[in-house]
Amino acid sequence: MTKKILATPLAERVRAVVFHRRVVFGVPFAWLLLFFLLPFALVLKISLTSAVMAIPPYEPVFRWVENTLSVVVNFGNYLFLASDSLYIAAYWGSMKTAFLATLFCLLIGYPMAYAMARAPKHWQLVFLLMVMLPSWTSFLIRVYAWMGILGNQGLLNSFLLWLGVIESPLKMLNTNFAVILGIVYAYLPFMILPIYTNLVKLDIRLLEAASDLGCRSLTTFWAITLPLSKAGILAGSMLVFIPAVGEFVIPELLGGPDTLMIGKVLWEEFFNNRDWPVASALAIVMLALLLVPIVLFHRFQAREMEKNG
Amino acid sequence: MVRLKAPSFSKTMLMLGMLFLYLPMVVLIVYSFNASRLVSVWAGFSTKWYGALLANEQILSAVWMSLRIAFYSASMAVCLGTLCAFVVTRFKKMRGRTLLSSMITAPLVMPEVITGLSLLLLFVQMAQLIGWPMDRGMATIWIAHTTFCSAYVAVVVSARLREVDRSIEEAAMDLGCTPLKTFFVITLPVIAPALVSGWLLAFTLSLDDLVIASFVSGPGATTLPMVVFSSVRMGVSPEINALATLIIAAVSVIAFIAWLWMRRAEKRRTRA
Repeated sequence: MTKKILATPLAERVRAVVFHRRVVFGVPFAWLLLFFLLPFALVLKISLTSAVMAIPPYEPVFRWVENTLSVVVNFGNYLFLASDSLYIAAYWGSMKTAFLATLFCLLIGYPMAYAMARAPKHWQLVFLLMVMLPSWTSFLIRVYAWMGILGNQGLLNSFLLWLGVIESPLKMLNTNFAVILGIVYAYLPFMILPIYTNLVKLDIRLLEAASDLGCRSLTTFWAITLPLSKAGILAGSMLVFIPAVGEFVIPELLGGPDTLMIGKVLWEEFFNNRDWPVASALAIVMLALLLVPIVLFHRFQAREMEKNG
Repeated sequence: MVRLKAPSFSKTMLMLGMLFLYLPMVVLIVYSFNASRLVSVWAGFSTKWYGALLANEQILSAVWMSLRIAFYSASMAVCLGTLCAFVVTRFKKMRGRTLLSSMITAPLVMPEVITGLSLLLLFVQMAQLIGWPMDRGMATIWIAHTTFCSAYVAVVVSARLREVDRSIEEAAMDLGCTPLKTFFVITLPVIAPALVSGWLLAFTLSLDDLVIASFVSGPGATTLPMVVFSSVRMGVSPEINALATLIIAAVSVIAFIAWLWMRRAEKRRTRA
């Protein structure tokens, strides 16, 4: 009896659908589990070891000697991070720089996105491509462009000297100012795009209603447009803030010796000092600090991806 | 009647913002034709840096390496990212779906130093346990790039999948198509533009990556960003200006073609 039911085309088709769904789900799931989630567990594990001169340069956590399993967990790296003011200053510096850069991106990006969303349809496409085009060229080269502009003998200083505004070159390259400028420049498109996507979907009738009821345009903006674009602002800010905290290339190329950012410190611990456990501990602490912003971003993105129609 | 025209403040900001985005690139292009090595001196028009660039064996082999890695990574990322997009947009009740969707959105914002470090530690551990990969290089960079590019592809493809009219797929299934056939005959042609733009996005992301590749690469594989980085660390270099100009030119041509194509598609849509 059961066999008969299973043999019907419908049951077969249901089984085929279930099988296909398992494959569609299983392949990317296994890949991401192995190459995205598992590596974080390893970072956590290695942050709890101590560094040795060996290949690989850390002590194993689990050891099996003479039928005895010994587990050696070393919290020394975390205590070391907490005791050394350099690391605390680097975390603080990263947070501050990323926050300021995000703020400037928002102040520049929001009006740009607003103007784009209100432009005629055929212009919207042109502006959209123009905003995205820089991010398709090389990130490294766009950061490098500022080295030639901001340097002591760079374009901006030469121009200001020629104008007579300044007497001697201003020190702009290798300062925190240059780092913030670089981040704003490199990440601006990531702020504009989510806000634009949000504003372009805004129901015009709401604005018309507000205007019909005697709302002035600035009041309409504060009361309707801004609150309704909250999701876009949040997504854009997270897309700028989170990667900016861990940024390495910009502080390395545009920052100076007093620029303390955690991405650069981690890079140096890893490549110059070859201290893998401390680099891992730095990564874990950075991840812990960024957990709330990452969860916020994930919730926004998951909603966007699941929405129907 | 509400005035839909943008206020002049935001219009001005848009113009200034575009200037801000494009002026540095214009500067690079102009100085790539400068005969002098210095930025502050204009010593006349010259194309000698392009000659020097094309004679630079190290850069050329790095370009070839980067292009190959980007091609393989983008192709694999399109496959994985599309599967992820299907799960996220279609399989609402699947167990483990929440975990998958977290793992696919996290790489979008994860700081590169963390991703790079974690993958390197994985490869080192794998080499110890199963003896692979003994040498890090192209294969390890390919895996790393595929993983983070899949996330971007998933975003692009899921946006398109949401707009697909599912009644056509259901009709095909009712008429006896297997799910696989339905996908290739009905769904694939509809989402093809998203797959192309996802592939292109993944390709440029892979070409551009310095930090992750530096972590997971070995002595055998040097990609273009690594060569550029070690050269610009020393200061401004006219050869890199020439390289930048070529990259900007290539991207602009592709963007222009994309614009023409999208405009035609839109015109067709409004006419229909």
